[in-house]
Parts: sequence; C-alpha cells; structure tokens
Amino acid sequence: MKDDMTLGERLRQRGVSRRGFLKFCATTASMMALPPSMISAIADSLQKAKRPSVIWLSFQECTGCTESLTRSHAPTVESLIFDHISLDYHHTLQAASGDAAEHARDEAMKQNWGKYLLVVDGSIPVAENGAYSTIAGITNLAMLQEVAEGAAAIVAVGTCAAYGGLPHANPNPTGAKSVADLITDKPIINVPGCPPIPTVISGVLAHYLTFDTLPELDDLGRPKAFYGQNIHDRCYRRPFYERGEFAETFDDEGARKGWCLYKLGCKGPTTYNACATAKWNEGTSWPVEAGHGCIGCSEPNFWDAGGFYQALSVPTGDASNTILGAAAAGVAVGAAAAVLNKRNKAKAAAAHEKVTVNDLNKD
Amino acid sequence: MSTLDAIAVKVEGVGIASGNAHNAVPLLHEIRHALWNLAKTGDSTTIDLTSIPFGPADRDQLLDFLGEGEVTARVNALGETQVKETRYPGVWVVRHQSPVGDELATHIEVTRLPSMLITPEEDLGEAAAQLAADLDMDATDNS
Repeated sequence: MKDDMTLGERLRQRGVSRRGFLKFCATTASMMALPPSMISAIADSLQKAKRPSVIWLSFQECTGCTESLTRSHAPTVESLIFDHISLDYHHTLQAASGDAAEHARDEAMKQNWGKYLLVVDGSIPVAENGAYSTIAGITNLAMLQEVAEGAAAIVAVGTCAAYGGLPHANPNPTGAKSVADLITDKPIINVPGCPPIPTVISGVLAHYLTFDTLPELDDLGRPKAFYGQNIHDRCYRRPFYERGEFAETFDDEGARKGWCLYKLGCKGPTTYNACATAKWNEGTSWPVEAGHGCIGCSEPNFWDAGGFYQALSVPTGDASNTILGAAAAGVAVGAAAAVLNKRNKAKAAAAHEKVTVNDLNKD
Repeated sequence: MSTLDAIAVKVEGVGIASGNAHNAVPLLHEIRHALWNLAKTGDSTTIDLTSIPFGPADRDQLLDFLGEGEVTARVNALGETQVKETRYPGVWVVRHQSPVGDELATHIEVTRLPSMLITPEEDLGEAAAQLAADLDMDATDNS
C-alpha cells in the first residue's frame, strides 16, 4: 500500500462506496463533537488527508489508555482512522522488540522530522534522575525530550500524561510530572481521563488528520469540543437536581429511580469531559447511567481531591443546604457549585483525605 | 450465561410511564422549528442525537412520539444505515450502524430526502460507463 495515498483514496481502494464515505464523515463529525453542518467540510478535507506518522510513547502508566483505545470492535470509524495513520512506534502493540523497536523509532523520527505526531500516555518520573522508569536503558525523561524535539505536536493521552495522574498523587514518590511540565516549546493537546473515552482519543486524532490543525483548547490544554462543558450540565439526570430529587444511598428509592447522585459524591459539577454524551462501550452506558457518581478522572489531582463518595460541598460544612436551597433558582446553581467546589478541591488536596468505609455509609 | 441479556435485571425509573424522561420535549420543539424552517426556506436541519445528553427513557420517548411514517429504507454501506420517515413528513430518523451492528450515530434529519438516499453525483457517470462495459460497448459511448 502506497504511503502517500490520501484517506479518500485508501477508503476507495478498500471498496468503501461514496455513500459509505458520507456515512464515515457523518460519524466522524459526531465523534469529533462537531455539528452535522460540518459533514461536507469534513468530507472535503478527509478526501485529501495524507497519512501522518505517529510515535506513541508509554511511560509511567497502567496501559489502560491503550486498552481503552483498542477496545472498540473492528471495523469501526476509529479503526478506519487508525488504519490510516502510520503508527511507527508503540512498544505495547508493535511486533518488534529490543534494538529493532528502538531502530524503528529512530527511523520514523529521521524520515518525518518536524512532521510526526507524538502521543504520550503515562507520567514521567524525574526523581532519582528518572531511574524509576526506563525503556531500553533510556529514562522516560530523556526519551520524551529526544522525541518531542522533532514532533509537530504532542497529544498527552490520559490523566497521567496530561496532569501526572495516579503516579503524581500525594506523596508522589517517583517525582511524576506531566508532559506539559517538561516540554514547553511544542503545542500540546491534553486528552485526560482515566482512561479517556476511545472516541475522544480518536476524535482528537481525527481532527488533526482532517484539518491539519490543533483543535481549540481550554485553559487546561483540553479540546473544547469534548471538554467544553461539565458532566453536570450535560447529565441526563440534571432535571432531578433542579427539582431537588437526590439518591441518598446506593439502594434507596432515589437510586432505583435514577435521581441525581450529587449527594453520593458525584463530581459532575467540577468535571469537564464528554462521558455524558459519548458514553462507553460502544455508547452503551456511562458511570452515572450505571448508578455511580462521576469521580472526576479528567481533572488535575483528582486522586487527592477528597473521597469519591463525599458530596462536593461537604468539606465546607453544611454547604449541601446552601447548594440544595439554591437549586430552586435553576441553572446558575451548577456554576455556583463549581466555583464553591474548586475551592474545596484545593483544600481537600492539601489534606489528602482518604476514602473509608464510613464514606460509603454516610447518612 | 452466554450473554448479558440472559441476566435477569429489574430496572425501575425507565420508560415513559415512569415520568423520568425530561429531555425529549425540548428536542421535539427544536424539530418543530426546523420543520417550519424547511417549509419556509427549504433549508434542511440535522440533529445529532449522539451529542444530546439523553437517558434511556428520553430516547424511547422521543422515538415513540415521532412514530413511523410511510418510508423505510436500508442502506448497506460500511455497515447498515436505517432511514425511516416518521409520522411527521419531512422528519427522518437516520441510524448509522457498524458492520457488526453497533450504533455509530443517530441523526434526526428534517429534510425532503436524507442525503444517504441520494445517489452521489460522481457515481452516475461511473455507473453509465460500467453499464456500457457490461453491454460490451465503448464506455464513453452515450449515443
């Protein structure tokens, strides 16, 4: 297969019809969280899209991000996107190992210097001169710096790469850092989540592939298309919040009837992600639909932000009354709660509160 | 047990009768406005249901309300796409599925004819040439 083929040519070669391509563009627009009115523009761009080289580096991580990405059933839109990119180095997925793998990375860098896309999952340990994690005898820090130098842009996939994640949690024994902590002279797109939603990962790559530009980012480096609104504002249970109907325990009447999980510790009001609409497992469901509150996994320092089962307002005393009383006032409450709870998150982070059995049984 | 469906689960709070579907009604009004717009200006509107924060009951309520009309079509391209006109002419439900039946996207199209049903212009010339070739004629012969 020629490497200079466009995506349109590649799909046609595979026997994908023009209607199939239209469908591909419609579902890609949906995946990129773009309005359907953009479908024709996406079709025009994707027809001409060239095959980009991608180098994927996995550092201090659990492989959950790669697992997330590869969970989709083939052939899907995601698989078509990933068949199109040239994934030149990914030490979990590639067949080569040892010197051959590192040689593949060197070759990809030389041939595509200044043009390849670097994807990173996992945080980078810098304590003890980076000795906590090495690949082929090279510290994660040295490998990141070397590969980042020739990259056109970097995508930090998962909360560990974006903000440090679990390895960065107090007391951070390995000195874990995020990509953006260490690389400051390249465009970086953060795609946080523990793990991120597969369609969000591929949606970001599809955006780069389609428009050859980076998507618009928020102040934490996340694409606004996916992280522009908080979980609470996009939650199908939001009407229950407005009416003051809350589950108080995981097995009460409110829980069975699908009421709001705010009082059970849902971090939806302070968490920005696309779970409420993109959902998981081929769009089957997502944590709140399954009856569990959001744990805020796409936010910095979420491991240190207090117990998963503590209501957001709890740390400041009787704030639940403040919030619930104001609920009658309507939509502005979500924003008020978010402001209030950002402050609480910082306090909880400093105190490093742990989740206990009591958190699960709170009255 | 071989499938998730085999596990007996009693779900409360789902379905129209539960009164727990709150998000469908605003969307029905959006469709109403889109229909007026189509009638007055001829401009089509597409709503991506995948991007709407719907719970299980919301989608059921919306699709039950819209009902089924005169036209149902299936397109086999990169998996099946089901195109159904609702009981409101001009309002179509377009469901894109993967080759293994997973839902990729569901759109409400307010239009005279959904784009998936229109033959692509580029296909017309290719089809004429192919038919000529199948008839052992010169592919460029349009006499």
